[in-house]
Amino acid sequence: MKVNGKHLELIPPMTVEDLILNTGRRQDRVAVELNGKIIPRSEYACTLLKEDDSVEIVGFVGGG
Amino acid sequence: MTDELRIGNRRFNSRFILGSGKFSLDMTKAVMENGGVEIATLAVRRANEKGEENILDYIPAGLTLLPNTSGARNAEEAVRIAMLARELGCGDMIKVEIIRDSRYLLPDNCETIKATRMLADEGFIVMPYMMPDLSAARSMADAGASAIMPLGAPIGSNKGLLTKDFIKIIIDELDLPVIVDAGIGRPSQACEAMEIGCAAVMANTAIATAGNIPMMAKAFKLAIEAGRAAFLSKPGRILHNRGEASSPLTGFLEGAE
Repeated sequence: MKVNGKHLELIPPMTVEDLILNTGRRQDRVAVELNGKIIPRSEYACTLLKEDDSVEIVGFVGGG
Repeated sequence: MTDELRIGNRRFNSRFILGSGKFSLDMTKAVMENGGVEIATLAVRRANEKGEENILDYIPAGLTLLPNTSGARNAEEAVRIAMLARELGCGDMIKVEIIRDSRYLLPDNCETIKATRMLADEGFIVMPYMMPDLSAARSMADAGASAIMPLGAPIGSNKGLLTKDFIKIIIDELDLPVIVDAGIGRPSQACEAMEIGCAAVMANTAIATAGNIPMMAKAFKLAIEAGRAAFLSKPGRILHNRGEASSPLTGFLEGAE
């Protein structure tokens, strides 16, 4: 599985929520794209990840 | 008398939009408070792993966040970033910023018009950053923009209001708020932008590269307020090839000549 461009080993079953929490991020501070499609926060806990998935986890940073 | 800045269905009292880049998180709150800022821009990037601090924890409550689409090179990428920004849950305002030129960081007006239409159709309050060109500004207005954000000079350059005459044309011809964005490096330049009728000024680098960052935020606040008051007072005329006495010319020493 690819997360933010890097390979990450998937140990199933893993949901989007598991992935966010396992990597020390906060659910209320991120937005998630799974294979190019935005996953609403309410679906993190019920969205299972697969080995060939590509995930982008983004958040706000300072910018002009 | 109230003099609100209106962008889409939103109302603001401050006309100073602050970019949140380039200064330390610890300073964010003081800068925004000193500047009397009600709108701050943010960027969307891949999220930090473990324990790294988040800028949202440093921005004073009640501020309106204006995410930008920086990093986008075409309309589709801008829309993708805007959708993620909205999913982050800080409202539906978006500053469209589409750049393909990595040296001068000049915006691509054609792609920006396309993105403005796509995002306005999605219900965003769209504020396109653009190269000041009247026909492009008109197209952005027609596409559903809620404000137009022409650049004064290249991003981060602090060179000032190089495009003044072209921004003035947009102000004169469009009914939308015109917010000068990028290049403003000094409070005097922000004041000048407001004097010619800009609805607001956006600045970031000018403050972030100052020796005393919170004090410079205050200086910008005062300059923007002064320029706005000057605009509302309708500045006096200019005489180009003569003077005109400010004191009465009669009433004393009449016989001197």
